[in-house]
Amino acid sequence: MYATMLRIRRAEERARELYAAGRIPGFIHLSIGQEAVAAGVCAPLRRDDYLFSTHRGHGHLIAKGGSLRGFMAELYGKATGCCKGKGGSMHLADASVGYLGANGVLTSGCVLAPGVGQSIQMRGTDQVAVTVFGDGAANRGPFHEGVNLAALWKVPVVFVCENNFWASTTAHDLSTAGGSIAARAAGYGIPGATVDGNDALAVYHAMESAVARARAGEGPSLIEARTVRFMGHFEGDPQGYRSRGEVEGGRQRDPIVRLRAHLEEAKLLDAAHAARVAAAVEAEVQDAVDFAESSPLPAPEDALQDLFVHYPWSD
Amino acid sequence: MPVLDFGDALNLALREEMRRDRRVYCIGEDIVLGVPFGVTKGLAEEFGPARVRNAPISEAAIVGSAMGAAITGLVPVVDMHFADFVTCAMDEVANQIAKSRYMFGGQISCPLTLRMPYGIGKSAGGHHSNSVEAWFVNIPGLKVCIPSTPADARGLLKTAIRDPDPVLIFEHRGLYRVTGEVPEAETLVPLGLADVKRPGTDVTVIATARMVGESLAAADRLAGEGISVEVVDPRSLVPLDREGLAASVRKTHRVVIAEEGPMRGSVGAWLAWVIMEACFDDLDAPIVRVAGPNIPIPFSPPLEAFATPGAADVVDAVRRVVK
Repeated sequence: MYATMLRIRRAEERARELYAAGRIPGFIHLSIGQEAVAAGVCAPLRRDDYLFSTHRGHGHLIAKGGSLRGFMAELYGKATGCCKGKGGSMHLADASVGYLGANGVLTSGCVLAPGVGQSIQMRGTDQVAVTVFGDGAANRGPFHEGVNLAALWKVPVVFVCENNFWASTTAHDLSTAGGSIAARAAGYGIPGATVDGNDALAVYHAMESAVARARAGEGPSLIEARTVRFMGHFEGDPQGYRSRGEVEGGRQRDPIVRLRAHLEEAKLLDAAHAARVAAAVEAEVQDAVDFAESSPLPAPEDALQDLFVHYPWSD
Repeated sequence: MPVLDFGDALNLALREEMRRDRRVYCIGEDIVLGVPFGVTKGLAEEFGPARVRNAPISEAAIVGSAMGAAITGLVPVVDMHFADFVTCAMDEVANQIAKSRYMFGGQISCPLTLRMPYGIGKSAGGHHSNSVEAWFVNIPGLKVCIPSTPADARGLLKTAIRDPDPVLIFEHRGLYRVTGEVPEAETLVPLGLADVKRPGTDVTVIATARMVGESLAAADRLAGEGISVEVVDPRSLVPLDREGLAASVRKTHRVVIAEEGPMRGSVGAWLAWVIMEACFDDLDAPIVRVAGPNIPIPFSPPLEAFATPGAADVVDAVRRVVK
């Protein structure tokens, strides 16, 4: 988990620099500060488990084991990107590791995941489907429809609310009635848990028990991981709606510093080992950037590919 | 050849496909009893509640979960109950189902069929009566078919279920009890293949769904006036059999396009452009269109009748293009 979090942090820091340098088009939404959620959610998952994510999904892709090269090349809009340049930052997917997509429309994963759960149930495997969404997204109707359906069908789904207390530029208190997202689970008769989303081990433990429950056929769970978004909503967001003190306070809760301290205290990590991990991550990220830089752009007419599997006759 | 009604032909198609492929399942509101049109009646007895799944009134979850199932190995057939309700699942249809394969660079396939009972009739009013196929023809990533006969309904639904991409099938609710011959043998109707429902030489009427029957009735009347009408049914709008339509126009040199949906921004407007592009030099008269007025479907019988295009409108339109 430590290496995963570091990989996410470094990849996004590099993406930030490259975006500022004009190498990456479009918009990017960084998850810096939220790495413990991605790492903790994905650690108990197998490669063949499924994950739906949000527009802030870089970390989830990396934690699920998605290719760093495919990730970085996709941010660049290159032909070698995981979506061949058709998706970009907000629509990353890597089906080979069960990462079924970041989503530009918030909450959509909440209705897709119960269907994946149904497919798991009908195919008779012990896979699990997970959907991660933000606190803002939990106020859209599909959240309620999806949780109700999953609870009704008792399908192996874990709903994870990555609550960073900001829906774009709107504060949690101004958008979310009742205060607690996890408490909504009670309305659907499923377990709901609130965890410190900046504590990777806490997220991991909550997730581990939700996944075990799902695999055992006991149905869905809802986890609310409360975390801090260090950066703006998108890169370039001046964050006039947010106090400097809040951002600084958030940085005091850096999940990577915290996990490192914990590992050092438990004698599981020393300075030399940490340096080796950091160097390895740095090399991986550099390799991904080099790959993206040297990859070709797609041919313009490739825009017409991939709409359908099979297209009989003309249109 | 056995005679079935349109609804029973769809039921037969579902039964055949569910027997053929265990991955196929149906989901929708009230489908165990087959309410309100009887298309899924009796399927639950044969295939059980896991494969004939009554869902809560949660359109977004019904369509979204079907997509989740489709991209991970199942083949869902979603009953939209009334096509008007698809607005409650518009993100799932327009953003998720239609775009995922493309946005993810071809990694994900979504073999899903969306059954769209739609259309005007019986004073059902504005939330149960509209023709909304044009909305979906405008969304890249969706295939759209629209049968007019029981045989086509069965053949197109079977093709839709076997298609690896998302297909919407528009079932006009005024056709459910219309009967017709359906081949004994299992027959697939390919997408993108128009059908000449009645050959003729003076004018081509391109019509969809309920307007095919209205156009055939109009053709009978016009035959008495010495006008020979060819009625062509595109059967699928995406993909569209441009060549099939053009071949008829090259023969008759005159075109009427008949549909039930509102005139503005419609499928007929698109078809008129397709014909204009392919056969401008073959046209001896401007294309004339028959369509509904640009209003939501009203309730009161005389108002609803006003909003319902029919055979008389097609007769008038044909007289205008041949004079």
